[in-house]
Amino acid sequence: MSEHFALLPEYLIAHIQLTLLALLLSTGISIPLGILATRSLWLERVALGLAGIVQTVPSLALLAIMVPILAGLELPSIGFLPAIIGLTLYGVLPVLRNTVIGISSVDPALKEAAQGVGMTPWQQLVRVELPLAMPVIVAGIRTATVWIVGVATLSTPVGATSLGNYIFSGLQIRNYQLVLLGCVSAALLALSLDALVRTAEVGLRRRRRLPLVLASLALVLLYSMTALSFAVSRFDNQKPPIVVGAKTFTEQYILSEIISGLIEQETGRSTRVIQSLGSMVAFDAITSGEIDLYVDYSGTIWVNEMNRSHDRSSRDEMLVQVEQYLKSTHGLTMAARLGFENAYTLAVRAEDANRLDLQNISDLTVHAPSLTIGGDYEFFARPEWTVARDVYDLRFADLRTMDSTLMYQAVAQHNVDVVSAFSSDGRIASYDLVALNDDLGAIPPYDALLLASRRLTEEEPLVVKAISQLHEQISIDRMRNMNLQVDASGETPTTVANQFLRRLKE
Amino acid sequence: MIEITALTKRYGDVMAVNHLSLTVQEGQLLVLLGGSGSGKTTTLKMINRLLTPTTGSVCIDGQDTSTITPYVLRRNIGYVFQQVGLFPHMTVAENVGVTLSLLGWNQDRIDSRVDELLELVELQDSGIKIRYPNELSGGQQQRVGVARALSSGPSILLLDEPFGSLDPLTRRRLQDSLVKIRHELKLTVVFVTHDMVEALLLGDQIAVLEHGELVQVGTPHELLTSPATDYVRDLMSTPRQQAKVVDKLLATEVFEDKK
Repeated sequence: MSEHFALLPEYLIAHIQLTLLALLLSTGISIPLGILATRSLWLERVALGLAGIVQTVPSLALLAIMVPILAGLELPSIGFLPAIIGLTLYGVLPVLRNTVIGISSVDPALKEAAQGVGMTPWQQLVRVELPLAMPVIVAGIRTATVWIVGVATLSTPVGATSLGNYIFSGLQIRNYQLVLLGCVSAALLALSLDALVRTAEVGLRRRRRLPLVLASLALVLLYSMTALSFAVSRFDNQKPPIVVGAKTFTEQYILSEIISGLIEQETGRSTRVIQSLGSMVAFDAITSGEIDLYVDYSGTIWVNEMNRSHDRSSRDEMLVQVEQYLKSTHGLTMAARLGFENAYTLAVRAEDANRLDLQNISDLTVHAPSLTIGGDYEFFARPEWTVARDVYDLRFADLRTMDSTLMYQAVAQHNVDVVSAFSSDGRIASYDLVALNDDLGAIPPYDALLLASRRLTEEEPLVVKAISQLHEQISIDRMRNMNLQVDASGETPTTVANQFLRRLKE
Repeated sequence: MIEITALTKRYGDVMAVNHLSLTVQEGQLLVLLGGSGSGKTTTLKMINRLLTPTTGSVCIDGQDTSTITPYVLRRNIGYVFQQVGLFPHMTVAENVGVTLSLLGWNQDRIDSRVDELLELVELQDSGIKIRYPNELSGGQQQRVGVARALSSGPSILLLDEPFGSLDPLTRRRLQDSLVKIRHELKLTVVFVTHDMVEALLLGDQIAVLEHGELVQVGTPHELLTSPATDYVRDLMSTPRQQAKVVDKLLATEVFEDKK
């Protein structure tokens, strides 16, 4: 746990930075917009309507949708920018709505009095309407603060560091203390920032200098501190670090640590690991050059990028085509084939496999109508599933979607009978499950491939050489073992990666 | 001098004020008297252009007010609101000095002017300057309202039923103060009320309005002795009837005392 605690300052600072900047931006947009909206009914309807629509988009989706949008605009699509835009949009509604309500609920008699004493429209706004609306506007800012702190935990999947890193990786490696650490720190941060904003407002309203000055000072200090640490991290080393990406599951965490460890060992270059990227986000990130390396699987590229789900080719033929496609279409290099496959497969309890005599997926066809299948969030939407379903004519009694970390447990505890599983997952064995063979070849092979960005290939030959050592070095058994060490024995991905690197040297 | 010529305000089909012409001489106090919906407040608000006339004109000392930027005009005309209209987030001193700060006076000058004004409206209570409006009594609030209206030293003061919500004794005291102040400062005053007694006590001239039209204008004496219409006669007879009732009660009481 202590090595996790060591990351707290980094995560917390990144989180504060995201939150405060998003808050500053959304307040800066909403208050002027809200003021204009009180002057035009048309604008009020449009602005509040749009902000309301943004609010109904689930927050995770709002952040994730920024990635393809920014990539389409050829802007940095991974990391800080998509997170900050998403969070800012999320903070607009409460501040906008409260600004409109606050200003329009100022007593008309007072507005007339303001005119009567000779105020210009601007003076009316600044001297009467805004001060009287201030408590309502600040209430909106406080709502936005709490919301943004919460939603900022979801910036991890788009590649921005936040307290969400604890939550996402904790869920993945089933370390619930880690999840709790993330949640509790986020909650404490929300409460503290809320208290700061409140203190500033009370000071402003009662005209007590001290609380106002203290709270503003604290906010400014907090912000400049985080901005400074950000700037320092950007400028302290001349060469930018090599950025290694990881998708949101254990195997990817371990592999990213192995890759970054190997690079540091062999070349002395600094590296940065961006964890918990969404599956599509990772590929976009390497084509746009925002990450330099990550591991993907041949079948995923075949299906998602090349849209070839219905072609069936031999494993080697497919690898050649994938490599060619990556090179010619995206300028990516296949730096190493790691030597194992992590395919989608279907797994059942060993007892059922014996009882029903199940070895191949085709053996499931007759039993499917009396069985329930569970899959991760993607699975039932993926072409692998639709193709396999049609090829094997699988008509399950029920389909259930669940988090991939819970699938194995669910089948072991008889909540479902069949699960979509990853062939390299150590938990297939540890939960006493049997992975069925794809005897009709409906699911493409999923060789683990280490992809390198165009920039890395062109500018960093030493790094490319260092990582090419991983070629054919990780067998399926070794990968399963490492996954199991994290998932079942509670080791950290870093520890497991270091063990691997020590053995690689021997 | 205020010259109102053929002033009209129309809201859709409703004529709130219809072709009204009136003159208020320098240093005079004119009461606009009428029931609710008679157009008296609308007329008052058109004088400092809180409302824009549909047609007609208002001239102040010979200058057409439509040629003056409205907020500049309003800074030079005192206005006392029916609902007081003190700004709740400002102290008494800030409320009184608000127009002065709009005019760009420095704080020292505003402070000494505010002291002068509070003395004028008889609010010398030491701590009052830093109090907020909700900490004051109704009478004190309206005194602050009058002080605010007079801050820039205007020669014209407009009052919209200023004492309507005060208890009779407080109202009496404020009426006395107003009479004193307007003579002291030689103000030209337009005073809106629906209270006959108040109109008779304060007005040099009384203009009676009904349904947005001017029914009669004259001194209290003229209105009492030669009312132009039945409406004016009825209106004028109210205070006398009330006085009779009071006399009768007094007589009965004297009689009963003797017994």
